[in-house]
Amino acid sequence: MELFQIIILLLDATFRVATPLVLAAMAGMFSERSGVVDIGLEGKMLGAAFAAAAASSAAGSAWLGLCAGVVTSLALSSLHAYACVTHKGNQVVSGMAINIMVSGLTPTLAIAWFHQGGQTPSLSGDARFQPITLPFADAVREIPVIGYTYAELISGHNILVYCAAASVPLVAYILYKTRFGLRVRAVGENPHAVDTAGISVELMRYKALAVTGILCGFAGSYLSTAHGAGFIREMTAGKGYLALAALIFGKWKPVPTLFACLLFAFTDAVQARLQGVELPIVGVIPVQFIQALPYILTVLLLAGFVGKANPPKSIGVPYIKER
Amino acid sequence: MSDATAKFGAPAKVPAWVNLILIPLVNLLAAFILSGAVILIVGDDPLQALEVLIYGAFGYPDAIGYTLYYTTNFVFTGLAVAIAFHCGLFNIGAEGQALIGGLGVGLAALYLDFMPGWMVIPLAIFAAALFGGFWAYVPAYLQARRGSHIVITTIMFNFIAASIMTYLLVEILIAPGGQSPESREFAEFTWLPYLHDFLPFPNTPLNLSFFFALILSGAFYYFMWHTRWGYEIRVTGQNETAARYAGISPARNIILAMVISGALAGFVGVNEVLGVHHRLILDFSGGFGFVGIAVALMGRNHPVGIFLAALLFGALYQGGSELAFEMKTINREMVIVIQGLIILFSGALEHMFRPRIESLFKRRKATATAEA
Repeated sequence: MELFQIIILLLDATFRVATPLVLAAMAGMFSERSGVVDIGLEGKMLGAAFAAAAASSAAGSAWLGLCAGVVTSLALSSLHAYACVTHKGNQVVSGMAINIMVSGLTPTLAIAWFHQGGQTPSLSGDARFQPITLPFADAVREIPVIGYTYAELISGHNILVYCAAASVPLVAYILYKTRFGLRVRAVGENPHAVDTAGISVELMRYKALAVTGILCGFAGSYLSTAHGAGFIREMTAGKGYLALAALIFGKWKPVPTLFACLLFAFTDAVQARLQGVELPIVGVIPVQFIQALPYILTVLLLAGFVGKANPPKSIGVPYIKER
Repeated sequence: MSDATAKFGAPAKVPAWVNLILIPLVNLLAAFILSGAVILIVGDDPLQALEVLIYGAFGYPDAIGYTLYYTTNFVFTGLAVAIAFHCGLFNIGAEGQALIGGLGVGLAALYLDFMPGWMVIPLAIFAAALFGGFWAYVPAYLQARRGSHIVITTIMFNFIAASIMTYLLVEILIAPGGQSPESREFAEFTWLPYLHDFLPFPNTPLNLSFFFALILSGAFYYFMWHTRWGYEIRVTGQNETAARYAGISPARNIILAMVISGALAGFVGVNEVLGVHHRLILDFSGGFGFVGIAVALMGRNHPVGIFLAALLFGALYQGGSELAFEMKTINREMVIVIQGLIILFSGALEHMFRPRIESLFKRRKATATAEA
């Protein structure tokens, strides 16, 4: 039972860490599948996290916070689209600019509005998303294994964790079973063909980036109003890049990307637990090594040592219509 | 057939100063106007902020010293990003290469200090190039030989570099009995001389690396435009297929350009570690690598432009710290906002004003020819 409990606790932590990664990776899925590189996931999440915490502390409602987060992220995503699609600017530079701008703007506004050294006031009660106890969770807790797993692992998360879980099948459905999804994938693979079919490549990319913005808004809001209790400067701490790594490690496909996110989150949960613990044979594993593991794995994958990554064919190339 | 119709389809020429001076200035102005709007939003006076910024950067001798000290870093990273750009590569990993370069400097200064100073300092500079170059070599090799995208790999390498530095400083290189993650101080004879050591100049972190950066800028120009290697790198960057057809190996040039790029970024470690901190610390790279992208973009990948852009960012960095003291609600982070906006306008949105400005000049030229 002891080991079983530890595993359940580890998985529980994994879910909590994986939530923003999954949401952001699904966000990046739309952008990258439509042919627009998005290294601005980090900035969009950070912007959303700040907007959500600020609105939530002003209005006292986590839902209004979420709205503010989504709107902010959507605005940043539109800026990315304006630069990369309308003006055919360099997509990496645009993402970089957004990341740097937001990392400066959030503490500047936080200090001006809240006077707490770059944080927002800490949130409590309705201003945060609270854990939800699923039906019968307390009743079945005593049933060994299944009941315990249900009560501890499945139940008791906040709504955004369940949103993240639902987002994966939803994104898979949209990408592979709807007309919109087909077109998103098509503009990422062969925009000329899409254009020939009479569909506007630019409009499709704008739409895809809008979805990216919305999902990133959820990811950012989760950080400040569900997982944490308020905005702290640089609170995304590289999670946007980690989500990007997961997206690549998952070969730009929803379900493998989910598993990549879970793997990265699990290494994080294990890392927190393994600090200073002596393992058989290998001894103490440095924390920093486990923290760097997702990045090392992604490099190995990209180098073709772990399977083969097939990026969308037209990724990073602005579409120039022939005249 | 008139001249105008004969050139139909060919890109009409605009005066060089439009391309090199006017358009960057317009982009810069747009970034500053938006920054001013942000300052208004947080409830301060933008013009007063600009005044404080300029005075803080150039107003008195100390300020100039600090500005040039930051400029040094930006020249290194700007040149680093620029040589990769010339080869058609996006080196977003200057940050990590600077860290690892600094590690090389630190190891040389810590473990070779049985030698005299005049040997340790060049060895440390060489170590910076070696380590930084190596950290760029791996992504370059993976790009050239295995086709993995260099932007993603260099991003990942930034994180890996940060992890390595934290591990080494927390577990291995930490000063005996020390609490914070930093190495012991280097022996004093290994320090890079400050400018105020031999010139009548106030006490600032400005050190010999500044002149090293200037020499490298000159070398960069010679290498890029007056050697075969530079030519081959530029051809590879312009058109890989043409390069291959002309017997130039793109893979070799990708690796060469990236290794030089990493070495240049590594020199940030010389300025910071050997010149100023005199010990290995965490995060001495301070975002200089990322700003290098902006410097290269603004400077049009040319050493003169890069120096001017580096000076601008150096002034922003130094003037920005003054903002925090002088203004009511603005703090250092405002400078990061300005940086982000400059990258946005001079990088991502570079095609926003350009066609309008260019067509303005083309039209004027066309009427001039018609009248003649």
